[in-house]
Amino acid sequence: MKRYFKNGEPFVLLTGAALALILIMTITLVAVVMKNGLGYFWPSELVRYELKDGTVALGQLMIQEKNPNTGNQRIQVKVSNRDVLGQDFKWIEVSEISSKNIPKDAVLVERKEYGNYVGFLKNVSADGLVDDSVTDPWERLSKAQKAIAPKLAEIQKTIDSMFSINYKTEQLRLKILKLEYKNRDKNSAAISDLTTERKKLTSEFETLNSKLNEMQSELGKVKAELTDASDGSKEIALTEIVQIMQPNSMSVFAKMGAYAGRVKELLFDDPRESNTEGGLFPAIFGTVMMVMLMSVFSLPFGVIAAVYLREYAKDGLMTRMVRIAVNNLAGVPSIVYGVFGLGFFVYGIGGSLDQLFFPERLPTPTFGTGGILWSSLTMALLTVPVVIIATEESLASIPRGIREGSLALGATKFQTLIKILIPMATPGIMTGLILSMARAAGEVAPLMIVGVVKLAPTLPFDSYFPFFHMDRKFMHLGFHIFDVGFQSPNVEAAKPMVFVTTMLLLAIVIVASSLAIYFRAKMKKRYVTSNF
Amino acid sequence: MPEQNNPQNIIMDINNLNLYYGSKQALKDVTLSMAKNKVTAFIGPSGCGKSTLLRCFNRMNDLIDNVRIEGSMRFEEEEINDHQMDIISLRRRIGMVFQQSNPFPKSIYENIVYGLRIAGINDKSVLDETVERSLKNAAIWDEVKDRLHDSALGLSGGQAQRICIARAIAVNPEIILMDEPCSALDPISTLKIEELIDELKQKYTIIIVTHNMQQAARVSDVTAFFYLGELIEAGQTSKIFTNPEKKQTEDYITGRFG
Repeated sequence: MKRYFKNGEPFVLLTGAALALILIMTITLVAVVMKNGLGYFWPSELVRYELKDGTVALGQLMIQEKNPNTGNQRIQVKVSNRDVLGQDFKWIEVSEISSKNIPKDAVLVERKEYGNYVGFLKNVSADGLVDDSVTDPWERLSKAQKAIAPKLAEIQKTIDSMFSINYKTEQLRLKILKLEYKNRDKNSAAISDLTTERKKLTSEFETLNSKLNEMQSELGKVKAELTDASDGSKEIALTEIVQIMQPNSMSVFAKMGAYAGRVKELLFDDPRESNTEGGLFPAIFGTVMMVMLMSVFSLPFGVIAAVYLREYAKDGLMTRMVRIAVNNLAGVPSIVYGVFGLGFFVYGIGGSLDQLFFPERLPTPTFGTGGILWSSLTMALLTVPVVIIATEESLASIPRGIREGSLALGATKFQTLIKILIPMATPGIMTGLILSMARAAGEVAPLMIVGVVKLAPTLPFDSYFPFFHMDRKFMHLGFHIFDVGFQSPNVEAAKPMVFVTTMLLLAIVIVASSLAIYFRAKMKKRYVTSNF
Repeated sequence: MPEQNNPQNIIMDINNLNLYYGSKQALKDVTLSMAKNKVTAFIGPSGCGKSTLLRCFNRMNDLIDNVRIEGSMRFEEEEINDHQMDIISLRRRIGMVFQQSNPFPKSIYENIVYGLRIAGINDKSVLDETVERSLKNAAIWDEVKDRLHDSALGLSGGQAQRICIARAIAVNPEIILMDEPCSALDPISTLKIEELIDELKQKYTIIIVTHNMQQAARVSDVTAFFYLGELIEAGQTSKIFTNPEKKQTEDYITGRFG
């Protein structure tokens, strides 16, 4: 027994146990997120519960648990129909249920507003688009959907051209503002020209707008008539319907198709219903673009700083103090960086830029307000210590012989650095980059004050010159989690979205890290140290 | 004292050289001259200053803080320690091979042409020609000619060391400094390097630091024995090893100490 302790066996056991604990916690976290996130899109069965008091509930079973107040078993059913019932979920005591069945023809309607609707499809009033001789509601539905498809496309086209006109009008407005600011009297001819042009565009916009309203109200007449579980009837315009399906009579493959469709919607569509439904595309785009911009700023800056610290600075008190400061910077709470970013980048630099280049637009700020550029810079500031530390360490680990070999051949210090040291340090630099990217993607607090918004009307990248709009605000997955999960009016319904968003954020971090690790491994192979 | 060479043949002339690391004196009043196209061996126990002296020739000691050098070192009538000295061209004229082979993490080809590339020579035909000539001179051409573009890190220790020699001679130096080039190698690789040194002295002046007395006896024309930073004795190798003037030299050579 004494020998057992002397050998250090228990210590080995302890280290193993610590590692196992960390692994278990990580796996549990991912598993919880996956379980709650992945299930969200699965079109599960609609169950009809008849209760002892005579009421009926139709919906998807969410969970079964013990009622903490009474100790009885209860179930949570997602009954949807928020506009009719006032809420999406209903708790039912198991003892209250008199019977339950799974009606084959129950439908689940995903709507653009008010969440889902569950009930039964009775008819489609097609406003003359579908021959009245067709009586089957599903056939009528598909025919009506086909009939309105070209009109929907036309509506989308109209909206697009309205958007483009709107953009041009705004540019004209800014141009006029600038001319007026410079010299109102001297530029009066140009101003009046621009004003007429702008008026023309505005009237064009109005024409398109009334056309759009007309088309929309016309299409609004094509409605699906449904009844809910308690026989209340409901009409939903087809334009309001994202998707309509009968989960109870769908095969597994059909369900998988529906699942894939909703994942696609999640990845490529805009959010709806104050972010609790629809897609996450702007948030994904914003997160990725912010992280990439951040890397563009922090990588060169960090590497250059580390090179100076390690290769050029004399190893004295000053260098040591700088090094300690850099190490400590990595531990400063992120919100402090946010406040600094707001004061320095947004109000300081951004405000000055506005004074210099866009004085005519004031008091409306252009760069003097939060935006993706300032967010990336703030994040770069936050992550640059990580890059510096990683680069310094990898430079320090290069054997002295390699440097001397290069210098002995008549290379200058700079040539040695560029041709030998930096390439050899690249795997280490990549490690720093991976860490900083993961940190930047997950950080929310500083972003909230330097440019992230709940809902950005436009992406920071589009087809209008100069394509990258650095002054624009953007959406971010991390903030999305906070917003949807804790600021949403309908928290219960938004819960799955929180998990889905978390999953996506994790996925983005993992994909970015994997890519970086792949490149690092490739480089390591090239720079593996000599073996005898 | 050193062999009285014909003054025209002297390539390196050291006079009263003192070197201090901070307050510690590492070289004491060294006076020595080296002849062109000869192999000079520095021997002596560890810490006797022989490597330090070697690193003075191409100003490698500049990399170390707190080094102070007094006295004169003249390389072809130019003062090495002069502030006006162009270190870059000095190091191009005085190549160096280190104790641990230190190939760069690049291809064999790129290792050899490194010295040319940093000098701004990028002409493909010149580079190709240099690679072949240097590798042939370093007696490793046959072993690596089919994998010039493979990483130099995959070579064995002996091969890597010969690549480093080839890299040093690619820039056509006048002197090659070798700092215990065989101490990390097996006997066969050592033999190959020694044969190579014999070849190279036709074209280059070689100064070699070694711990191995047999090696010094085998490859060198002149041997200098150092002890505790002082040059004890220098002369024709045959004389040093058979009939040393100083007792310390004899003791060291015969293995009574060191």
